[in-house]
Amino acid sequence: MDKTVNQKAWFLVLPVFLVVAFSAVLPLMTVVNYSMQDTFGNNQFFWNGVGWFKELLDPSTDLGGRFLASLGRNLFFSMVILAIEVPLGIVIALSMPRQGWTVAACLVILALPLLIPWNVVGTIWQIFGRPDIGLMGYTLNAMGFDYNYVSNAIDAWVTVIVMDVWHWTSLVALLCYAGLKSIPEAYYQAAQIDGASRWAVFKAIQLPKMNRVLLIAVLLRFMDSFMIYTEPFVVTGGGPGNSTTFVSIELVKIALGQFDLGKAAALSLVYNLIILIVCWIFYTVMTNAGAERKVQAESEPAVEPKPSSGLKPVPALKPKEGVA
Amino acid sequence: MHSIPGRRVIMALFLIFLLLPIYWLVNMSFKTNAEIVSTMTLWPHTPTLQHYKRIFTDESWYSGYINSLEYVVLNTIISISVALPAAYAFSRYRFLGDKHLFFWLLSNRMAPAAVYALPFFNLYSAIGLFDTPWAVALAHCIFNVPLAVWILEGFVSGVPREIDETAFLDGYSFPRFFIRILVPLIASGIGVAAFFCFMFSWVELLLARTLTSVQAKPIAAIMTRTVSAAGMDWGLLAAAGVLTIIPGALVIWFVRNYIASGFALGRV
Repeated sequence: MDKTVNQKAWFLVLPVFLVVAFSAVLPLMTVVNYSMQDTFGNNQFFWNGVGWFKELLDPSTDLGGRFLASLGRNLFFSMVILAIEVPLGIVIALSMPRQGWTVAACLVILALPLLIPWNVVGTIWQIFGRPDIGLMGYTLNAMGFDYNYVSNAIDAWVTVIVMDVWHWTSLVALLCYAGLKSIPEAYYQAAQIDGASRWAVFKAIQLPKMNRVLLIAVLLRFMDSFMIYTEPFVVTGGGPGNSTTFVSIELVKIALGQFDLGKAAALSLVYNLIILIVCWIFYTVMTNAGAERKVQAESEPAVEPKPSSGLKPVPALKPKEGVA
Repeated sequence: MHSIPGRRVIMALFLIFLLLPIYWLVNMSFKTNAEIVSTMTLWPHTPTLQHYKRIFTDESWYSGYINSLEYVVLNTIISISVALPAAYAFSRYRFLGDKHLFFWLLSNRMAPAAVYALPFFNLYSAIGLFDTPWAVALAHCIFNVPLAVWILEGFVSGVPREIDETAFLDGYSFPRFFIRILVPLIASGIGVAAFFCFMFSWVELLLARTLTSVQAKPIAAIMTRTVSAAGMDWGLLAAAGVLTIIPGALVIWFVRNYIASGFALGRV
């Protein structure tokens, strides 16, 4: 599938370019503009050069301290999320029923949390976790745990993490399930003939085939947990204290709460830059994986007949006999 | 051979984990506030519809749903109509800067909404769209248009190139080919892309809340206002939450087989 070179294709892309440029480039230019200035209200601006950026990266200042602390919290949160959700998602995908109406039922229930507005996710966990009216909070306290996510930082963290696992593990599971579905039956039959253990099947067949979707899952989960805002904001409001204040929450506090445009803009730019870099790394890895797959696919026809004819000769031969 | 030991138990436990909080929300929405606060009951002992009745009769509540639906539908229409030609171009042609453009689109899908909240506020105030559904619809394009391009590109690539060539040989002009032949062929893909645009616009709150004040306030923002102002009207809050889950739950059924590929940006 070689694509033809055609510069006129730009006309087809132009509408997308204009729409996204309108909502991405214009605002970003405003941000760059603000990030170099200071304001004392009344639309009066003063040139500040790179002052905000210096402050941002210096933990001894107020702004820098807040930014670096929230960044650390956020990175820790993303790591915990990935460490829980990716293995759990794989296990869930492997546990999917094989056929029948249960498949559809499981898929629908799995997808349900993904379609709930984010603030309602927060509300659900608020109602579920409160010690006075929530099932989880009430049960935990009745069992003797002193659980209160409003006043205890560790409880707040556990709540936010469990909430995110509840909200997004399904995504990883669905992606892995789609990857597993694309494995041809013949692979499993070959493994069976070779007497491969279940673990060997997972390691040699299922995991490599899930590679690509897992990469996407990790990318999406990292990005979305890195810019998480609504759910923890609704549940904990960033508290107790600042213990669950992530970068987005800090940013909105500075930008829309204090209207401190210069600081907020500088923070936005650094934040965006981090995302852009991670995004670029993933994109490169992804396109490289795609290219490798293409090479593999091209060489596959030569390799393919061997395993299929060697491992399951009967079904492979039958249609030929019928044709002859 | 495909799956792991104890899979039924694992699946059942996980599904219970997913459904329990939702059940609790539904349970709450049918209780009276007195019952919620005073006792711990696993199901409503005095079931009531008062919260739902209030939402459906009070304009400040149900107008939120209408506002939300309005910008979500607008956004879906804009996203799909601009993404279709671009998806075709990315799938069929190579042109100057195509790879960079594709990456740029991806990076916008990943950009944090919090970064754009303030500049969007300024931008849409300046052009007089603030507090209209158009502002939110256009703002949500920043992540929905790239998503739609990615999903549709996958589906267009599934259409054999011979079909284009045959159509052009038969004397179809490009717009006619596009509307009469290509669009019907990838109808299911358009459905999936529309579903995802609908969904991501429906679940987003930060931008929607920042860009509206009175006229176009989405239901999600009305809910947060009630939490802080009225304090403890848990039943009403739960009922409003249940009503926001329903549209998603309804449409899931139609796209259940495409959900994974949609979330994977059409790359499964």
